[in-house]
Amino acid sequence: MNAIPITPPPALETSRRGFLITVAAAGAMMGLAAPTGAAAAEGYEPTIWYRIGRDGTVTVNVIRAEMGQHVGTAIARIVADELEADWSKVKIDHVDSAAKWGLMVTGGSWSVWQSYPLMSQAGAAGRITLIEEGAKLLGVDPKACTARSSMVSGGGKSISYGDIVTRGNMSRTFTAEEIGKLPIKPATERRLIGKASHQLDIPAKVNGTARYGLDAKVPGMVYARPKIPPTRNGSKVVSIDDSAAKAVPGYISSLALDDPSDTVPGWVMVFADSFVAASSACDLVKVNWSAGDTAKTSEADLQKRSAELIADPKAGALVVEDPGVDAAFAAAKSKLERTYTTASALHFQMEPVNALAFEKDGVMEIHTGNQWQSLVLPWLAKALGRPEDKIVLKSYMLGGGFGRRLNGDYAVPAALAAKAVGKPVKMVCTRADDALFDSFRSPSVQVVKMAFGEGGKVTAMDHAAAAGWPTQVMAPFFMPKGANDVAYDPFAISGANHWYSVGAQRVRAVPNDLANRAFRPGWLRSVGPGWTNWAVESFMDEAAQAAGKDPLAFRLALLDAAGRNAGSAPNAVGGAKRQAAVLARLAKKVGWGGVLPKNTGLGLATTFGQERDMPTWIACAARVNVDPATGAVKVEKLTLVVDAGTIVSPDGALAQMEGAALWGMSLALFEGTQFSGGQVQDTNLDSYTPLRMADVPDIEVEFVESTEAPVGLGEPATTVVGPAIGNAIFHASGARVRHLPIRSDAVLAALKTKA
Amino acid sequence: MTTTFEINGRKVTLKAPDDSPLLWAIRDEVGLTGTKFGCGIGMCGACTVHLNGEAVRSCVTPLSTVAGAKITTIEGLDPKGAHPLQTAWIEAQAPQCGYCQSGQIMQAAALLKATPHPTDAEINDTMNGNLCRCMAYVRIKKAIKLAAAGPQGSKA
Repeated sequence: MNAIPITPPPALETSRRGFLITVAAAGAMMGLAAPTGAAAAEGYEPTIWYRIGRDGTVTVNVIRAEMGQHVGTAIARIVADELEADWSKVKIDHVDSAAKWGLMVTGGSWSVWQSYPLMSQAGAAGRITLIEEGAKLLGVDPKACTARSSMVSGGGKSISYGDIVTRGNMSRTFTAEEIGKLPIKPATERRLIGKASHQLDIPAKVNGTARYGLDAKVPGMVYARPKIPPTRNGSKVVSIDDSAAKAVPGYISSLALDDPSDTVPGWVMVFADSFVAASSACDLVKVNWSAGDTAKTSEADLQKRSAELIADPKAGALVVEDPGVDAAFAAAKSKLERTYTTASALHFQMEPVNALAFEKDGVMEIHTGNQWQSLVLPWLAKALGRPEDKIVLKSYMLGGGFGRRLNGDYAVPAALAAKAVGKPVKMVCTRADDALFDSFRSPSVQVVKMAFGEGGKVTAMDHAAAAGWPTQVMAPFFMPKGANDVAYDPFAISGANHWYSVGAQRVRAVPNDLANRAFRPGWLRSVGPGWTNWAVESFMDEAAQAAGKDPLAFRLALLDAAGRNAGSAPNAVGGAKRQAAVLARLAKKVGWGGVLPKNTGLGLATTFGQERDMPTWIACAARVNVDPATGAVKVEKLTLVVDAGTIVSPDGALAQMEGAALWGMSLALFEGTQFSGGQVQDTNLDSYTPLRMADVPDIEVEFVESTEAPVGLGEPATTVVGPAIGNAIFHASGARVRHLPIRSDAVLAALKTKA
Repeated sequence: MTTTFEINGRKVTLKAPDDSPLLWAIRDEVGLTGTKFGCGIGMCGACTVHLNGEAVRSCVTPLSTVAGAKITTIEGLDPKGAHPLQTAWIEAQAPQCGYCQSGQIMQAAALLKATPHPTDAEINDTMNGNLCRCMAYVRIKKAIKLAAAGPQGSKA
């Protein structure tokens, strides 16, 4: 292994440009495989998803972004399993954007779920052809041949895939329709899926050679750092004074961007010949803006607006609207109503957003890490005034995604700047720039009500949730319509449409128009389920208490898999029964109902992960200690049981569960910011304080063995930990908290007011 | 101003302002991009390198303070990229997105040099300054322990 990818030139006083040329010439920029066309000429490409070289190397084209989930390995193992390929000969290629790939998006915990059937069938297509051609070369009936470990064998003879590709007539290709009809082999025949393996992306991540967007370089590029305007929307540049910046060596110029796509209104780019100079100059450039009308908007204003909208029964979309909800509440023996809130939360992905853009051979190349190429390409086309096929997004590792890079807005200013100055531009945001420009998780307000009949029987439930809606702002074409014909952001309400049978149910999703205008609401790891489940699962504990029932028994009784909660093939077989099963298993694991030390409590929560049409059944128990004097909460242990169907990559699945569980804990106890004066008030680690190593509790994760369809793993654990902690705080101390993040002063206040 | 120092055993001379952070000199002038930019205020640890054997945050280390010094980055930690920590990191499958991992490994290398067999508390104390946003902390700690245990320990 070459630990040092770049050899500095011998001259000690190097010019930066000379150095950059060396880098480009070394071809180190992308570290990707040969272009598809060239490779295809030398090998066999049964579908666009992979090719087999004459040396037998299988290169799988991965359209999903690598951001820590080791997605390329998982997808390659799905292909290789059906292809019956020798895993040691499999490589992955994170491809650049192109129309032929169709929708390019990495989010929603969708990658494996969406890829599994198609990639399996693509692998099967290759295997079929290799057997046919291998049989001819061996002079054996193909029916007598088998494929295994990149060899076709029959009649006592064998031939390798590489030899078949080299010597055979590998002209057969498959249409999408033909591939869609190919059978997938039974679980008992799997040789790679579900088996242990190392992740292909990891070695480069321990020796400094993995290439992130920040590492992209090209000869002749200039650096740029933006001046972030006072409001995300509606700011206009009145004047720029760069007189002080001119004293910075290397400073070039400042430029107000003209953005026909209105992605980055009011942006000024400060150019220099190094990032250090651009950053120093940026601090000295003075811009006079006319700000948007949200320049004084605060977190309290946003939450007040959500509360007002929830109070108006006509506001929003009816996502679930059973008959008889109002009648059930009118006839109820007793009712419970609670309000839950969550604060703004930052992505704080480690790599601040950045992009390198330049025109080459008539194509605008954008080198940056991105999770949703198909979303940003139309913005870029509009901004640049050029067709989408003259723009390409080059793939890089992502220094954290978590949904921040679903919104590729940061590519637009770099591309506009490159167009304006006619040179390659590398835009780098500082951490504070990144935070101010973040499409952070909207604060939310939720009102949850339950009606009880005779004997504490649950007869109705009404859940209204209001927040800024990322999908409405950025991808309205992704919005379905509710029962009242109003479109809604499915990702901002998912979770409220739970699998509990609660009689007549209403779920109302309400967009906060002020939030949508004051900032760009973002998809943050799990999106809505990060707040809806905080409400649902805190409320289930409160409802159990109100009904005089044990929170475990109360939940299990409602998870009866009746009616629409019975589930359906292919993704939700078993429905709520599987959710009840993970909860029951969890309760057994943690000894629910046992005696705990003083000031220590166990709290339960269970969710279905992301969406009803791809449920990941998950349950969490948090064991916490609460200091009654200070309100300080210490999480001692998190135990999780998950049923995600077939697990393609067991160790990768475990890593996602560990990380996502700690994300849930971090969002519950350590993170959170406030919108203040039109911007977030915390912009760096001096005041925004994600969880660190010393805060990590014991974590135990159990996967349910299953051969059902594989569903999502990146996000579900984030949805379940917060309410489990909130419920544990109650059981430890009697303090009921209803706001995320949970601060010790809120626990103390709740202790004082407890009945 | 001109600053001369040694990086991964190679002598370099750079023209840059004295207060220019070492991080950007390493990344943009020397061209070693394994060292990452995260927060710019020395609080995330992604930029951690060794300065005369000590772990420092290169984003807040001015060039003027490294004249004549020996700098080691992730690229120079081991000539084959096979430092016991790097091997352990792979065995534990520690990285997720990987962006912070150069800094984590450099910090851990300094820890093990000073304290070959750290306790959990010592690992927490030292590594608490290195943020892993993917929160792969369980495996980072496991990898440090594997490396500290040596080849015998890692097989156990």
